[in-house]
Amino acid sequence: MTTVLTAGLGLKPQHYDAALACPAAGLWFEVHPENYMVAGGPRLAWLEAIRSIHAISLHGVGLSLAADADPDPAHLARLAGLVRRIEPALISEHLAWSVWRGTYHPDLLPFPRSSEALARIADNISRTQETLQRRIAIENPSHYLKIDGHAWDEIDFLAELTQRTGCGLLLDVNNVYVSARNLGYSADAYLDAFPGEQVMEIHLAGHMPDPNLGEELLVDSHDAPVAPEVWALYARLISRIGTRPTLIERDDNLPDFRTLLAERERAAAVLRAPLSKAA
Amino acid sequence: MQSPIPGALARFQDAFALALRAPEARPAAEIAALAAQPAFAVYRNTVMKGCIDALQANFRAVARIVGEKWFRAAATVYWREAPPTDPAMLDYGISFADFLERFDPAAGLPYLPGVARLDRFWTEAHAAMDHDALDPAAVAGLAPEALAANVLTPHPAARWAWFADGPIYTIWSRNRADQPFDADFDWRPEGALLVRPRDVVEWIALDAAGCAFLDACVAGGTLGKAAQAALQAQDDADLAQLLATLLKAGAFRKYETQ
Repeated sequence: MTTVLTAGLGLKPQHYDAALACPAAGLWFEVHPENYMVAGGPRLAWLEAIRSIHAISLHGVGLSLAADADPDPAHLARLAGLVRRIEPALISEHLAWSVWRGTYHPDLLPFPRSSEALARIADNISRTQETLQRRIAIENPSHYLKIDGHAWDEIDFLAELTQRTGCGLLLDVNNVYVSARNLGYSADAYLDAFPGEQVMEIHLAGHMPDPNLGEELLVDSHDAPVAPEVWALYARLISRIGTRPTLIERDDNLPDFRTLLAERERAAAVLRAPLSKAA
Repeated sequence: MQSPIPGALARFQDAFALALRAPEARPAAEIAALAAQPAFAVYRNTVMKGCIDALQANFRAVARIVGEKWFRAAATVYWREAPPTDPAMLDYGISFADFLERFDPAAGLPYLPGVARLDRFWTEAHAAMDHDALDPAAVAGLAPEALAANVLTPHPAARWAWFADGPIYTIWSRNRADQPFDADFDWRPEGALLVRPRDVVEWIALDAAGCAFLDACVAGGTLGKAAQAALQAQDDADLAQLLATLLKAGAFRKYETQ
């Protein structure tokens, strides 16, 4: 049986029971696999219980694909174990680095998009896909810094990665909005140029002005509802590329499950629109 | 393989990682233009906050005792000394109890390292391999002589420790369970046993005999040897009662005849 994934939600421990009881059709949940890399215990039991009802997406933060180093074999093995156990509908990672020379930096760090970086990241993605025996989606990052010396445009870089490795893309519309505002380019133009056919998943999230710098710098904080501007970009994107599994990503300042479900329903309604047009 | 001569990407990452952790150091040429931008602080703050949040989540009783402000200040010092190595952050803070033992501002709170060890035990028990606990009925029917030659293997989630210096178990359990924490307890040595026979981590106080008994079991000793160890630790130990308590708690996973 193939389930059509519509709009999904990030799964938080506070919402396990509500998630388990929720009957919404096409609903799916996304988790960070790093939080479930345990030998046993209630975390895995909860995830397996929810997996028995809803599709799961594994969204990694720890492979550090953009580091100039091979993915940690132990980490990759744990991820492969979780993939076998959960059989996720989607697997994704970031165009970023977080582990470097044995230290984990819990963030998604930037780098100059050089041909050297492209070759290294393509190799790391290929190793990951071979180990997992799955196609993974790579997410466009949020940008805060003006980095001189990018040899590659971000969209060209991502498109080239899909060409070289067969990977897909995870398009985070909030990241596009935040980055466009911070670095001064057009979010509309970026989204129009994005290779839509490679998009396996879409993320929507909230952002906040930086507490020190204000509106000059938006931070991809995942602690607020999706902004109206991001909803508008999303609707335009869907009308161009068609429906894709879409996640409401919320990690902080967590509201109750019903509130998140209402936000998820808004995305589901956007996803229904192209279908009704086609019908 | 990482190339022996770092390429441009590796040099960038060396410089960036150093600037994240040591804001006072002069940034390397590769990233000087980035570290000078106010937005660089977003990365620095996110990395530090992620580590400190993880440590606070992993050491709940310690954080409750010292308060959030003190905890986060101590966690910042710990992070500079021992940043996480693993993206699975449930494991962050393995050396936090040792750190607290030599952390000067904690000198007035001699019970804090012990409390940190029990917080860490909780995490280990929570994430340990699933296994059925040994059914007490399986042992109840055996004659004492037969029992003495058997080996009881501790459950994979079982963690225990004896604290000769003070009532660490009482202090930890009251703070872990968010109970009122006042001075209403005796200052005496205490031990603790944490188990997870099913989904939830459970805990009981355990005397010196019980801790010695489990130490002997995990070393592969027979029940006879474990009983000797228990009596050595505490000559008035009630072995039948001790074994019943451990079995009821779910401290074992199986027993084997030697």
